[in-house]
Amino acid sequence: MAANTVAPAGAGWLRSFGAWIDERFPMTKLWNEHLAEYYAPKNFNTWYYYGSLALLVLVLQIGTGIWLTMSYKPSAAEAFGSVEYIMRDVEWGWLLRYLHSTGGSAFFIVVYLHMFRAMLYGSYRKPRELLWIIGVLIYLALMAEAFFGYLLPWGNMSYWGAQVIVSLFGTFPLVGDALVEWIRGDYFISDITLNRFFALHVAALPLVLVFLVVVHILALHEVGSNNPDGIEIKKNKGPDGHPLDGIPFHPYYTVKDLFGVGVFLLLFAAVVFFAPDLGGLFLEAANFEPANPLLTPPHIAPVWYFTPFYAMLRAVPAFAGTQVWGVLVMFAAIALLFFLPWLDRAPVKSIRYRGPIYKVALMLFALAFIMLGYCGLMPAVQPFKTLSVVGTIYYFAFFLLMPWYTRIDSHKPEPGRVRS
Amino acid sequence: MSEQVDRGRRQLLTAATSLTGAVGVGFAAVPFLASWQPSARARALGAPVEIDISKLEPGAMLKVEWRGKPVWVVRRTPAMLEALEAGIERLADPGSEQSRQPDYAKNPARAVNPEYLVVLGVCTHLGCAPTSRFERGDAELGADWPGGFYCPCHGSKFDLAGRVWRGVPAPTNLEVPPYAFAGTDRILIGADGERAV
Repeated sequence: MAANTVAPAGAGWLRSFGAWIDERFPMTKLWNEHLAEYYAPKNFNTWYYYGSLALLVLVLQIGTGIWLTMSYKPSAAEAFGSVEYIMRDVEWGWLLRYLHSTGGSAFFIVVYLHMFRAMLYGSYRKPRELLWIIGVLIYLALMAEAFFGYLLPWGNMSYWGAQVIVSLFGTFPLVGDALVEWIRGDYFISDITLNRFFALHVAALPLVLVFLVVVHILALHEVGSNNPDGIEIKKNKGPDGHPLDGIPFHPYYTVKDLFGVGVFLLLFAAVVFFAPDLGGLFLEAANFEPANPLLTPPHIAPVWYFTPFYAMLRAVPAFAGTQVWGVLVMFAAIALLFFLPWLDRAPVKSIRYRGPIYKVALMLFALAFIMLGYCGLMPAVQPFKTLSVVGTIYYFAFFLLMPWYTRIDSHKPEPGRVRS
Repeated sequence: MSEQVDRGRRQLLTAATSLTGAVGVGFAAVPFLASWQPSARARALGAPVEIDISKLEPGAMLKVEWRGKPVWVVRRTPAMLEALEAGIERLADPGSEQSRQPDYAKNPARAVNPEYLVVLGVCTHLGCAPTSRFERGDAELGADWPGGFYCPCHGSKFDLAGRVWRGVPAPTNLEVPPYAFAGTDRILIGADGERAV
């Protein structure tokens, strides 16, 4: 049975065609290793949808992205007009563009939930440290991809958002100005910058993303999936050598994930068709007018998925004649994620068996992150200034004090087998 | 020939080959990295801009674009120049020690000729465009507002010489671009004396 699951029984010529390929390419071997005989824990819950949904959104972004490239013009003179042309004149262009713009935000939603899942169940802990690090690299590449893509519509918010972010690099001592000039390729954000960001957005970073996603999945299938109980199913194997608490990914989880895809697409389509700008959160009002280097929008805020870090940037005051400190804090906030597997010293992985300290700390962390995101969307006035400072301090305390509070926290014994 | 592998020789050759390869990769990377520098056309378009100030009224401001940045030329009235000295204790960097300007603009009026202020209209915080609020006691900024520039993005305040207030997000005074007078009614933005930058 397991020898050939690809070719359906009965179709003789198909079966022999499959065999012909298998002698030349490991088709059945790959299918079995990653789907039909990849044993995943049987107790996955709804938190386990977001990995496959992230893959779905990646495919959606690549597909719609390629179609948008067919009508988009990456030049300062034509970019804004070509987006309007896509919206008004290209057959189904409005749908392609709204799928892509909504897909960008959806990508971050599922990725943030996917990362939070890892924090809930300790999925970054040994032996999955490298899996987590590759994941953080994907998150970094995704942020770069989103940043470069946001300039392409050449709206005024695109322009000034890029202006603010690129000028962050100008705060570095000595090399700052030269670095900014090198990134822009000009003395200001210009046609040259747009053309360059286009190349990075449609070719360089998608390649990096796809490569990292493949590496992420290979690393996952090497160590095996974690589960809501945070225990290793490979410790209890049956006589057939498969984990007793494991079930083949295909068909069990492919079918489960298809259900998740259905629910996701329902919500996604609701946004695409009824609220593609989501009240200015997914598409900002200031971006409906063309880029104007001489006129700043009254309030510059990045798109919602960057605002927690933007709030941290603004929470740090300038001193010693430079504001590089805020930039360093913002980059440190992301860099800290890489060290998470070694900061957590709890003897158990899953939130189910953790003590009250970590439970409260993690819930507050999620709230602090959302609060920072909200502050980053708002103008830098009170009470958002103070809340940004409080949120930033909590964000860093959560990570930097983790070795201490996870060690003194109580914990419940882990079960030997996963709970059904 | 010996059957024995000379491991020392193999390691040396591997290391030498790798090193030579790495140096080659380093040299090959140069054109790719240097290709991101401003092109010849970008450099040509970034050349100095000449503006006519003969029709600029006292107290009025002229905006021109140089290298994609707004350059502001304000013809200051004697009252405006007096106000510069009055509010000096409010400022973070009154002597322009931490700020960026050519040496010929490193003075209290931050100008070659005190009557004409030339600054970049770019907030030194995060590159927003400050607004000109020359009237004293601006409705939004309060009765004690002495006149100057106000950045609506994050609330930075500057006086009429582009000098930044204390306790605002912007760390330094507005940048003064290189400029030179060409006769009495023309200014060359982006030129230092005779030398273009």
